[in-house]
Amino acid sequence: MDKLMPLLEMKNVSKFFPGVKALEDVKLKAYSGEVLALLGENGAGKSTLMKILSGVYHKDAGSILIQGSVVEIKGIKDAEKHGIAIIHQELSLLQNLNIWENIFLGNEGFNGITRRINKNELIIKSESLLKDIGFNIDVNTLVKDLNVGEKQLIEIAKALSKDSKIIIMDEPTTALTDVETDNLFKVINKLKSDNISIVYISHRIKEIFQICDRITVLRDGKYIGEVLTKDISEEDLISMMVGRKLEEQFPYKKSPKGHTILKVENLNFDEKVCNISFEAKSGEILGVSGLMGSGRTEMAKTIFGEYKKTSGKIFVDDEEVNICSPKDAIKNGICYLSEDRKQEGLILGMSVGSNMTLANLKKYENGVKRINKEEEDKEVQEYIMKLSIKTPSSQQLIKNLSGGNQQKVILAKWLMLAPKVLIIDEPTRGIDVGAKKEIYDVLNELKAMGKAIIMISSDMPEILGICDRILIMHEGEISGELSREEATQEAIMKYAVGITN
Amino acid sequence: MKNNLMNVVVKYKSLIGLLILCIVISLITPRFLSFGNVKNVLTQVSVNAVIAIGMSFVILTGGIDLSVGSILAVSGAVAASIIKSTGNVFLAIIVALAIGSVIGLINGVLVSKGRIQAFIVTLATMTIFRGITYVYTNGTPISGLGQSFSSIGNKTILGLPVPVVFMAIVFGIAFYILSQTRYGRYVYALGGNEDSARLSGINTDKIKTLVYVISGAAAALSGIIVTSRIGSASPNAGVGFELDAIAAVVVGGTSLSGGEGSVGGTIIGALIIGVLSNGLNLINVSPFYQAIVKGLVILLAVMVKKKNK
Repeated sequence: MDKLMPLLEMKNVSKFFPGVKALEDVKLKAYSGEVLALLGENGAGKSTLMKILSGVYHKDAGSILIQGSVVEIKGIKDAEKHGIAIIHQELSLLQNLNIWENIFLGNEGFNGITRRINKNELIIKSESLLKDIGFNIDVNTLVKDLNVGEKQLIEIAKALSKDSKIIIMDEPTTALTDVETDNLFKVINKLKSDNISIVYISHRIKEIFQICDRITVLRDGKYIGEVLTKDISEEDLISMMVGRKLEEQFPYKKSPKGHTILKVENLNFDEKVCNISFEAKSGEILGVSGLMGSGRTEMAKTIFGEYKKTSGKIFVDDEEVNICSPKDAIKNGICYLSEDRKQEGLILGMSVGSNMTLANLKKYENGVKRINKEEEDKEVQEYIMKLSIKTPSSQQLIKNLSGGNQQKVILAKWLMLAPKVLIIDEPTRGIDVGAKKEIYDVLNELKAMGKAIIMISSDMPEILGICDRILIMHEGEISGELSREEATQEAIMKYAVGITN
Repeated sequence: MKNNLMNVVVKYKSLIGLLILCIVISLITPRFLSFGNVKNVLTQVSVNAVIAIGMSFVILTGGIDLSVGSILAVSGAVAASIIKSTGNVFLAIIVALAIGSVIGLINGVLVSKGRIQAFIVTLATMTIFRGITYVYTNGTPISGLGQSFSSIGNKTILGLPVPVVFMAIVFGIAFYILSQTRYGRYVYALGGNEDSARLSGINTDKIKTLVYVISGAAAALSGIIVTSRIGSASPNAGVGFELDAIAAVVVGGTSLSGGEGSVGGTIIGALIIGVLSNGLNLINVSPFYQAIVKGLVILLAVMVKKKNK
């Protein structure tokens, strides 16, 4: 077969930020009708490269060619004109508008003379786009009433609405369930047959082997190599990414299980948390699995006091506790790491150090209510080292860190409080393989120290690999419980969809 | 290296702006730097500065307090009537501060627990308490407040006018709270991302309420200064003062959306506005033109900030 000309080629692209070399001499080739995986650890430069391609950033050096001719991408509309669309990892929908308004935002298609939007046409178009990706919902629903997974699907519909030739998907399946992911792959295959080129950024190696034809690997802002998916093994691919072979991705450690630290009895909240009862024991990682909308996050937030329970009891170390706010929960030794780190975990305008110590400031307070900043920074440095957080200094603004490192800072925030129970919600979402392992190691350490960890996760391999026990939720209730030994993907899925024997 | 220089300029842009302004004015009219004039400027600026420092707390949390002018008026009026009836200056001051704090508390509770937007709450209390001031004073100024009270606004301590000393003390306390204590950290966190702050265990309702109490108390303190300097409590006192305070905060580099800024910046902002006004007076520019210049300075300050983001 003749060597085809790539639809898209990026040559020697470089990009610098204050203090950071985000990209250095990176190249990339994407072909029509192919799915190209763009792979690399967090901070490798994938999102930056794609933001350059989609017109969000300007490159500092290098060239971009589409169908062989050099193009200058001056902005987002310009990129769209060249047929490039991107679905960002951080969703960029407008919460107060509804679905069809979001899909056609900026592309409403005014009538030339009357300047009116043809609402009905847009509604019909958006319904058909959503049908293509297997999402059945009233397109008049406000985006703020959707959960993270559903919002992702709207983002995808939005990109599809622009008739693009090159579609970049940045971690598109992080918030999707297996069913929705399968749907997405069906759509991707359809796009392939329409000769569209897809650049697929994901950490999910299994998915890459499932859906991608070719893989380009970046590491620390540099181009490492390009391979055909069929020519490489998972292990070798991971080695390319991290520069070292990872022995096992899921370091499970057995720990002696102790007494019950957290007991939840008949917990109810709204319609979303229904009669939940369970126990979390010292020295165990309790996984919570379930499909989108099963109420896992709502349950966690109810225990944490962010939502006020309508009924039920919570016991910590056998004593009933009254939790009406996150402050109460923390006082009782319960900490919660949110699934939405941008909206609920970080204070973007503050430094790494300030974010990390935010829940623990009382500790550094002296007699005159003054914060001892040396003491504070000492502890911050400890945790930066302990969790291998990549940051030039503790004063660096947290918004300049990569997603994985931001997550580590938030994790450090909770570890500083030495909680009895740590509830973590999708802890490794959007995080590279290396950082994931570091987080698992931390969890195992906590486990060994006798803490109880409740891990909400949609990542099946992760749940099967790391947890001692797994609860499965379905429509607000606990539909099943499996021990590590008896758990399989099928068994979990059965409970998750509500099949009871 | 170039980057570093730029960063320094941005960080201290307000201060540099103030210095440039002072230098330019003193070149045009050397009278500007005379001891008497400097004392004058600082005294004139102190009323706005005290209110603006209180306002900074509120704006740092992403809120706004439009009621400060009315708080100034009502607390000044009550203080004046207490002096007239008891002659007890100390009591008058305490009660005035208490009134400012209580109105601030009302604002704070409505904003935090009531979940009503700050703009609307303080717009309402601004109107209500202006009305209460009119009712209380029967529409006429309360005067005849005696020597002892007037010394607050018109005498000096160690060569410095008392209002300037008040301003320095208020600034000192505010600076300490915001930069050295955890409450200060909480204020910035709340303004940066309220959800993240609350989920970190911060009692966001309490902090939100407290900043309005601080703003109210600061406004009441200004009320005492104003009433003392003029020698009477006018029901019209403080009209429009909220805008001058907000201007000082903004020119000083604090963002109206919260989470970013400092009281140091606010004081410099107040000084820039005050120095500008004083300078234009010395050059005999009509007060009408002064308003135009003031507005342009506000725009300029915000544009410079945006350009360097």
